[in-house]
Amino acid sequence: MSALPEFYRSSIGKKILAALTGLFLCAYLVVHLAGNLLLFKDDGGAAFDAYAETLPNFLIIRVIEIGLFAAFAVHIGTGTYLWVINRRARPRGYLVNKPEENSSFASRTMFLTGSIFFIFLVVHMKSFWYPSRFSAGQRASMYSLVTDAFADPLYSSFYVAAMALLAFHLRHGFQSAFQTFGLRNKKYSPLIGSVGTIFWLLIPAAFAAMPLYCFYRSCQWLH
Amino acid sequence: MDFTLKVWRQPDRNYRGQFRVYKAEGITPDMSFLEMLDSVNAGLAKKGEDTIAFDHDCREGICGSCGMYINGRAHGPERGVATCQLYMRSFKDGSSIVIEPWRAKSFPVIKDLVVDRSAFDRIIQAGGYISVDTGGVPDGNSVPIPKPDAEKAFDAAACIGCGACVAACKNSSAMLFVGAKIAHLAALPQGQLERKERAIKMIARMDAEGFGNCSNTYACEAECPKKISVLNIARMNLEFILAKLR
Repeated sequence: MSALPEFYRSSIGKKILAALTGLFLCAYLVVHLAGNLLLFKDDGGAAFDAYAETLPNFLIIRVIEIGLFAAFAVHIGTGTYLWVINRRARPRGYLVNKPEENSSFASRTMFLTGSIFFIFLVVHMKSFWYPSRFSAGQRASMYSLVTDAFADPLYSSFYVAAMALLAFHLRHGFQSAFQTFGLRNKKYSPLIGSVGTIFWLLIPAAFAAMPLYCFYRSCQWLH
Repeated sequence: MDFTLKVWRQPDRNYRGQFRVYKAEGITPDMSFLEMLDSVNAGLAKKGEDTIAFDHDCREGICGSCGMYINGRAHGPERGVATCQLYMRSFKDGSSIVIEPWRAKSFPVIKDLVVDRSAFDRIIQAGGYISVDTGGVPDGNSVPIPKPDAEKAFDAAACIGCGACVAACKNSSAMLFVGAKIAHLAALPQGQLERKERAIKMIARMDAEGFGNCSNTYACEAECPKKISVLNIARMNLEFILAKLR
């Protein structure tokens, strides 16, 4: 069992852990999005509510939930640890530095975009996850909870901004994970790039469409 | 051409350095960056001042000795060249040029623009070698190597160990250097004997030397004078994973 701590101690071991948890979270995004697309069904929220209210009753969902929390903890913890090590590797910086000449802004700001996204995560959990899990019966339906929240322009804008940030984080993160696994090579790089576009562009865009759609529906004067 | 240079001066590793401003006058566009510094140094020597120390050897881009951070870029503004192959025509006449040494905890400054890159030597000592039979000189091409493998190995072997990858990386990561060395030997039949140990030992040494971790920004490839591909880092990661799993 000493192989695991030893693996984690190495630089590449930590990177692999961050990449694995990152991809697991990406996979979760797909599932999360698939369920939430029911918001767009024009049935007054019946389908969405049926889905949202029965979901927590499955044991497997509870187990995945714990896995998800663990993945977030490891991803954030390892990412922060790597960031600290990386900062220590250059105690004195350059007087003049032009990183924009050699690398993308998204790739250099992973810790920052991840940190800001964490704020969104806390707000998101408090708004929707907590009521769905702990106050069933004492609250309105999930559909009305969601649509009421997104009727607030400020809250909707916050969600759209957070999805833009997520897109930015995934733009670098998705292909970066495959580089860390050593799977990027001349043969697979184009494929990783194409699948990556689905993740960084389509998924955050679909999520961002939800607050926009709900806000649009809430604006009576528009109809 | 005339330039105003802002150069990092540091008498030795224990002394706090500072920037000093110098005039470089009467420079021709075809002078290399190192020749421009030679000219400034000649002026300093004439005045009895301490000359600006910088590493250099072959001055034709193959030894990896020279290297400095010029106007915020490793080896200056041009791509695919070492500092010795950078010519003054790349700069605007009358402009200011900021010259700094490579900055990394693992590359301590020895004097002015000269840094101690022996961390790279220790990484090579940890595993950048192969076992060979002693005795007579083997016949050339006695070990058959497929052309694509030879090409792959040579692309990685083109690394001159200048340290620009570490200097340009926001994390001072040495993974392009180490990746190139591991990928080079892993691609060849001669490198198979120590293949597993090599990946583990060289990466452990790299970590122990205090280099940062790769964030896959690929700044290293962009600044590498030999344009070593970051796919070598992916190769290194795979070698490490396979070595650990075996």
